[in-house]
Amino acid sequence: MAVAQSNGSRTITALVHDRPGVLARVAGLFRRRGFNISNLVVGHSESPGLSRMTFVVEGDNYVVEQVAKQLYKLIDVVRVNDISAENIVARELALIKVAATPQNRAAILETAAIFRANVIDVSPGALIIETTGGEDKVDALLQLLKPYGVREIMRTGRVAMARGAAATGSGRAEPQRTDKSAPDTEVVP
Amino acid sequence: MRLTGGQMVCAALLREGVDIAFGLPGGAILPLYQTLPEYPGLRHVLVRHEQNAGHAADGYARATGKVGVCIATSGPGATNLVTPLATAMMDSVPIVAITGQVPRAAIGRDAFQETDTTGITLPITKHNYLVMSAAELPATLKEAFHVARTGRPGPVLIDLPRDVQTERAEFDYPDDIRMRSYRPTLEGHAQMIKRAARLIRDAERPLILAGHGVLISGAMAELRELAEKAQIPVITTLLGISAVNEDHVLSLGMPGMHGWAHNNWAIDRADLLVAVGMRFDDRVTGRISSFAPNAKVVHIDIDPAEVGKNIRVTVPIVGDAKRVLHALAREVEPAVRTEWLQEIDRLRDEHPSYRIRESDGLLPQYVVRELSDATEGNAIVVTGVGQHQMWAAQHYRFTEPGAWLTSGGLGTMGFEVGAAMGAAMGRPDKTVWSIAGDGGFQMTMAELATIVENRVPVKFAILNNNHLGLVRQLQDLFNDGVRVASGYSGNPDFVKLADAYGVWATRVTERGQVRQAIDDAMAHDGPALIDFMVEPEENVYPHVPAGESVAEMLEGPAPEGERAWR
Ligand SMILES: Cc1ncc(C[n+]2csc(CCOP(=O)(O)OP(=O)(O)O)c2C)c(N)n1
Repeated sequence: MAVAQSNGSRTITALVHDRPGVLARVAGLFRRRGFNISNLVVGHSESPGLSRMTFVVEGDNYVVEQVAKQLYKLIDVVRVNDISAENIVARELALIKVAATPQNRAAILETAAIFRANVIDVSPGALIIETTGGEDKVDALLQLLKPYGVREIMRTGRVAMARGAAATGSGRAEPQRTDKSAPDTEVVP
Repeated sequence: MRLTGGQMVCAALLREGVDIAFGLPGGAILPLYQTLPEYPGLRHVLVRHEQNAGHAADGYARATGKVGVCIATSGPGATNLVTPLATAMMDSVPIVAITGQVPRAAIGRDAFQETDTTGITLPITKHNYLVMSAAELPATLKEAFHVARTGRPGPVLIDLPRDVQTERAEFDYPDDIRMRSYRPTLEGHAQMIKRAARLIRDAERPLILAGHGVLISGAMAELRELAEKAQIPVITTLLGISAVNEDHVLSLGMPGMHGWAHNNWAIDRADLLVAVGMRFDDRVTGRISSFAPNAKVVHIDIDPAEVGKNIRVTVPIVGDAKRVLHALAREVEPAVRTEWLQEIDRLRDEHPSYRIRESDGLLPQYVVRELSDATEGNAIVVTGVGQHQMWAAQHYRFTEPGAWLTSGGLGTMGFEVGAAMGAAMGRPDKTVWSIAGDGGFQMTMAELATIVENRVPVKFAILNNNHLGLVRQLQDLFNDGVRVASGYSGNPDFVKLADAYGVWATRVTERGQVRQAIDDAMAHDGPALIDFMVEPEENVYPHVPAGESVAEMLEGPAPEGERAWR
């Protein structure tokens, strides 16, 4: 499921050196420059020594371009890609702990089944449900579970990848120029 | 060859061509200091305050084009480097700072004199390293110098735990470095250069805005070639001053908040700005929405993040100023722009802000002009921050490139002392004048001791107005004259003070004494100081109020008489 780029949220990935402090550098940059990041995920990449970060940035073309350019100024950053315009699959994983009683347990399990979510822990008073999907799906499941009493939520945030054989970011779609006030500048190197 | 971490630092500095390092020791950096005697080729200058070690490294770097080096201990030593690192970061100055850190096992335990130095300096360095083993040190040192001096230069800090300085490892210093990330773009995009040349051809009222990048990349000849061939007048930003010989007919001087009025009006009318190695700082643009309303913009910069950051750009060119200007100068067609040049001359006549008022008093502008004349415009001039800085920028006529050292981006008072010392040590062949404010000078004047100890022949001209002059000016012009905390009532006698340090000094209270005092200071073989008791309530004009447009520019009282300079 390709995630719709709703109200100016854009997906950016960055390949960075896996060194101590790199997360602090990136997070500090966002805070310092006033960029609005709604999501940040870090994990190992396919190349040893490099991690891949996925960000969801709120903003127009100007902001996205500045984010990319400022990221490039960090010595540990190898590559930055705005993959919003590419054909991507985006997923997040969520763990949801729901209060459960003998009376409503079956109903909860049924809801989970509709969403193809897994129940990964059962205890007398609660269930832990694991689900993977786009943010919309996770939101919808949460909505339905709320009435039973959601005790805890752990969401990983969005990770994304381009469809097909090509590497994510290699499509390098022309950034859409929707915002007229955004400076007209070159695509980052 | 197996060396200790401390020895590695010294050996690497020598390999990088560093001949001087400014610093002050302490427990956490002591192992490194104790190896210094083994490296006589490396001169260490003991400062009185680490801030000035940083500014000295900065002044040395700006004056020589080499990387400046400063050393401090952990904790308070490292935090004292914060101001100079931030200063160098804002002005793109290559510095390598080495700080001591508590031993590895003590990190994170709030040990004595422990601070998170890499954390504190993260936003004010181009990059920094906490080196956790001596084995990593050679490659880290190599990378640090490479990062500091290439691309858009900047300060780099290496934090060295005490026990890494004593640890032994193989020292195999790499000649070259290949980094997977960080590859600055040097060559401008050919297509973009062609587009820029076409815009220049079609323009009727073009201007070049030259910044620090021109000086950093050594693009002065290329800049002149472009300007002359396409007949484009050159405006130099505060940090771009001296990128063109100010006697050149196409040189217009500084724009912006305290720039010449005719320059701000010329920008207002321009139909094309060719910006080179400058970043459209708010002190240049004023209110951004009314800046250069009629102009297309070609923006040449080595840092892609500067292009399009503050203003909308028509043709972006990411690359090294020297290479891009070289290519652009070949691409443009020769042009004649008599009308535009005449229009600027007219603007200059209508708005003669370069004139100074007629007065029998000791005007600070007059002192700067006399200094300019006495040194034939080819001294290295270092300033603090405030009114004296703006008068120096306005009235000293630079005839040699790279001779103007000022804290532009951060605006660091006190820069004038350490930076002048570093510059004079880096360029013993030049006369170095520090044009200082009585406020800023008192922030860092402890280095007079270092200057005397090392026989550094810096000449200080204190433009003493007994005020934090620029603050007083803001209060008088924009805060109904309510002066809060901007006047001094207990300034020291700077002549006696200099005397106590062993610095030759004299005081000037009248116009007629200015030139003689300057000549005497220069004739004196060693550091000298002149305390110029200038008019205490003189204002800097023009003055575009912060965040306003050129239309709001205050041009000051109407000038009478005084000879025109440009
Ligand atoms: C370290 C620092 N503190 C405060 C300021 C704010 N400030 C800017 S100019 C100025 C007055 C400077 O006074 P002085 O050095 O005497 O120079 P003048 O303006 O009188 O020429 C002040 C306080 C600053 N730029 N730097």
